[in-house]
Amino acid sequence: MKKFLAKSYIWILLVVMYAPLVFIAIFSFTESRVLGEWSGFSTRLYGNLLGGRMEGASSLVDAVRNTVVIAVIAATVATLLGTLAAVGIHNMRGRKREALTFLNNIPMINPDIITGVSLFLLFVFLGVAQGYTSVILAHITFCTPYVVLSVLPKLQQMNPNIYEAALDLGATPGQAFRKVLVPVLKPGMISGFILAFTMSLDDFAVTFFTRGTEGLETLSTYIYADARKGGLTPELRPLMTLIFLIVLVLLFVINVRQGRLAKKKDGAAKVL
Amino acid sequence: MSRLISKRSNWSLPYAIFLIFFVALPLVLVAMYAFQDADGRFSLESFGKFFHDPDALKTFAVSLEIAIETTLLCVLIGYPAAWILANKKYNRSAVTIILFIMPMWINALMRTLATAQLFMMLDVPLGKGTLLFGMVYDFLPFMIYPIYNVLSKMDKSYAEAAQDLGASPATVFRKVTLPLSMPGVWSGILMVFMPTVSTFAISEFLTNNKFKLFGTIIQDNINNGMWNYGAVLSLIMLVIIGITTLLSKDKGASAEEGLI
Repeated sequence: MKKFLAKSYIWILLVVMYAPLVFIAIFSFTESRVLGEWSGFSTRLYGNLLGGRMEGASSLVDAVRNTVVIAVIAATVATLLGTLAAVGIHNMRGRKREALTFLNNIPMINPDIITGVSLFLLFVFLGVAQGYTSVILAHITFCTPYVVLSVLPKLQQMNPNIYEAALDLGATPGQAFRKVLVPVLKPGMISGFILAFTMSLDDFAVTFFTRGTEGLETLSTYIYADARKGGLTPELRPLMTLIFLIVLVLLFVINVRQGRLAKKKDGAAKVL
Repeated sequence: MSRLISKRSNWSLPYAIFLIFFVALPLVLVAMYAFQDADGRFSLESFGKFFHDPDALKTFAVSLEIAIETTLLCVLIGYPAAWILANKKYNRSAVTIILFIMPMWINALMRTLATAQLFMMLDVPLGKGTLLFGMVYDFLPFMIYPIYNVLSKMDKSYAEAAQDLGASPATVFRKVTLPLSMPGVWSGILMVFMPTVSTFAISEFLTNNKFKLFGTIIQDNINNGMWNYGAVLSLIMLVIIGITTLLSKDKGASAEEGLI
């Protein structure tokens, strides 16, 4: 009985949580412009979306492309910058380390809107034109802390002597970084990159304040503007549905991989 | 140059410079603009404006109220869910956990819009009720995940010891499980309260612009070129965030814990 109650609670929550997503997914298979009106099964919206055939098609396709380009650049720079910074922080002591860790925490604690407004004021103050570059710089700002936090634990687990051993054996710091540090830190760098990438994809507020007035749109700002105008572009329904599916599949893949890795490690430990 | 590189603590130099430029300086600028008038002279005018503007004060109070209510609802709904998920007797599958985490990875704007559309289709009038529902819906995973994390890592022998010593299940929960899971609860509170108190856009969609939240008036002012007033409002929000962070740090919460 208890078990039944517990299970029902979980499933009721899940049904409520997923109702809007399922609702969007169902109505992505009908052509009606008004959401909630069923005008017969059709995959035309998917065709329109994937073929880029719709009103204002270029703007939605552009928005998707901008979102991905910004996320790739921001996450890549954040991963490089953050990994180097993590190595630095790991080798620092005392005040300096505390100060840097403190600064690194600020973008994670700050609400998006504050990050957005403060960076907006920075660009205004410096007289920098806002657009692609300012958005990418802003995204690097809030993405890098997550990379630092993903890489630091790997450094703590690492044998501190192997880097020095490489140097003693004649490697330059650059070689030692590439051949010794990067392979050890790679899992942390990858999860940092993924975190940074999704943070960037998800962002609305920071982009909103730093994109300037040149009409740069990402998916979030596009949806926002679209919803403010009243109706939702019907093609957003299949787009949202596809995004839900991709995220779901990605999460399962990551989890299965992690599960398998954990099992392998267990097995190795037993053999040893 | 090579000596600079060979010392590994120097590797964080580029990031340190970046942080000073893109994190420290912008916050200093918020404070600077807040204490200036439109001509760039020192002035407390914008602060005065806030404290004499009944609309702004009311919005501020409403935002705090909504954020607190959302956070409380998330604790009340999320704790039992996290407890059940972490309990091997009731849940063995990782799939349900993934299903609970998944929404964290999807754009909040998209999910909010989907919710608002569903309400409209069902002819539910948009207002405070739908706003609270939507906010809880958006942020519940951020409450469940940290609590689940703490509960599933908890050493079961404490609870078993209490049971062996004759405590009833309710007492075990009240005196052992709940206190031990409080750091997770505080992390969750941090992760729900912060975004709800500062949100904008979401409230517009869920109430059809009937409810203005603090984030919305910051956005309105910045967009309309009232940077000094916008900076004052941002500074006030920063103070609230600062207080919340310090309070929950005190209770052992960490923002990182809530993340994957």
